Amino acid sequence: MTQYAILLYAPAPADVADMPAEEIEAHGRHADVVEELGGHIVSGHALQASTTATSVRGDTVTDGPFIEAKEVIAGFYILEARDLDHALEITKRNPATWRGGVEIRPLLG
Amino acid sequence: MTDAGTAGVHQAVADAYRDHWALVLAATARLTRDLDLAEECVQEAYTQALAGWDSDGIPHNPAAWLVTTARRRAVDAIRRQQVLRAKLPLLAMPDQTDGGVEDLDDDIPDDRLRLVFTCCHPALAPDARVALTLRLVCGIGTGDIARAFLVSEATMAARLTRAKKKIAAARIPFRVPAAKDLSERLDAVLSVVHLLFTTGHTAPSGDQLLRADLVERAVHLCRTLHALMPDEPEVTGLLALMLVTDARRATRTDAQGRLLRLAEQDRTRWDQAAIAEGRDLVLRSMRVGRPGRYRLQAAIAALHAEAPRYDDTDWPQILTLYDALRRVWPSPVVELNRAVAVSMATDPGTALLEVTALERDPRLARYHYLPAIKADLLYRLGRFDEAAAAYRAALELTDNAAERDYLAGRLADLS
Repeated sequence: MTQYAILLYAPAPADVADMPAEEIEAHGRHADVVEELGGHIVSGHALQASTTATSVRGDTVTDGPFIEAKEVIAGFYILEARDLDHALEITKRNPATWRGGVEIRPLLG
Repeated sequence: MTDAGTAGVHQAVADAYRDHWALVLAATARLTRDLDLAEECVQEAYTQALAGWDSDGIPHNPAAWLVTTARRRAVDAIRRQQVLRAKLPLLAMPDQTDGGVEDLDDDIPDDRLRLVFTCCHPALAPDARVALTLRLVCGIGTGDIARAFLVSEATMAARLTRAKKKIAAARIPFRVPAAKDLSERLDAVLSVVHLLFTTGHTAPSGDQLLRADLVERAVHLCRTLHALMPDEPEVTGLLALMLVTDARRATRTDAQGRLLRLAEQDRTRWDQAAIAEGRDLVLRSMRVGRPGRYRLQAAIAALHAEAPRYDDTDWPQILTLYDALRRVWPSPVVELNRAVAVSMATDPGTALLEVTALERDPRLARYHYLPAIKADLLYRLGRFDEAAAAYRAALELTDNAAERDYLAGRLADLS
């Protein structure tokens, strides 16, 4: 099994208050979907809105996400899957793909 | 073993390179689970064949000899690097049986499809898919690939390295996709093969209209895919499309290298055997399900090729096929080609209206065939000044010398 970081992106500021009820509900069910498909979530976290983020570049501290964009990270989890095709099959079922998108990054080591 | 002399050995190694490279590499990659190492060992096996076959004779099964030799080298290399390799990500091999070297002799596992699907995985950038396919499936050298795509060898080498690293790190599997994903993934494979063909057929720039080598590689690759997947009608369709299109190779330019239009080409010099084979493939593929883009394009190309004279072309039938094509493959380029069929099946005025509407599509803004087709339509309508302006617009958009000469010639005829 390979471990992947699954980075969930949503329209800024990715405030859970803006998330449709059905999407919240689907996120709640997603761990079961992952297990049904033979994958495993090692750990996962949802984040507060990007308006609460603070960034540091060099020694400069700024308010807001590190990169200003239309979509920002809304959460992440660590997924165990057999290979990229398996990770893709699982990730296509992630409700974050409905309004935003998902990036799959293999963990180092 | 046969004794063939040095020239014979060189020929045998060259033949084995062309015919068996993919098979040997795929079989070696199954063992090494590392594309770089596999590539290196296969290259060494071919080098060893040059000397070995000269002294020992050409083996009766060159592919099996090459696989055995490449795999032996791989086993040695893996033993030497065991400690280091434990830390490296390896190719994901989902239904791997065992890691050992089986007795190969005449029975080589055919992993070419796995190799092709790995190289054409949608998680790789499109230009990387093309480069990997040429390097790993066709065995073409990095320098030659770089020249075909007009980038420096260093750029192409970096592109290949990056792609191979991603395959290992992200664990893109060495596997033929499951049936439910096959058609989508096959699309990605076929578009790589088609791109190789079109890049060779009309080189995007440079002096020669055609890079015969790329065309032949693409046809050879598609024949291999067709042999491995005889029941995939779109593979059959793409092979037919390439055969019928390439059948006109000898007549596409005149003795001076000037581009000739379909109407001007000497049809008696078209490769009738290739046309017959292509037509036969189209007819067979059309019996299965709803035809996709390659089958429809092949059917259109076959109708052109079948007409004894340009005036005998069955334009109404071609227009019907374009109507089907635009449904399965909505694309402004299809609309533009369909407009040409409209001009022949209906009238140039109707076609001109459609081409004028397409001018607003930003995807065609740099597409030189649009003003070239518009110019031809204006010419046929007797609007010569506007035609000349359109030919000039087309000239500004193309870098291919043969196409530039053609357009300049048309423009000269008008003044």
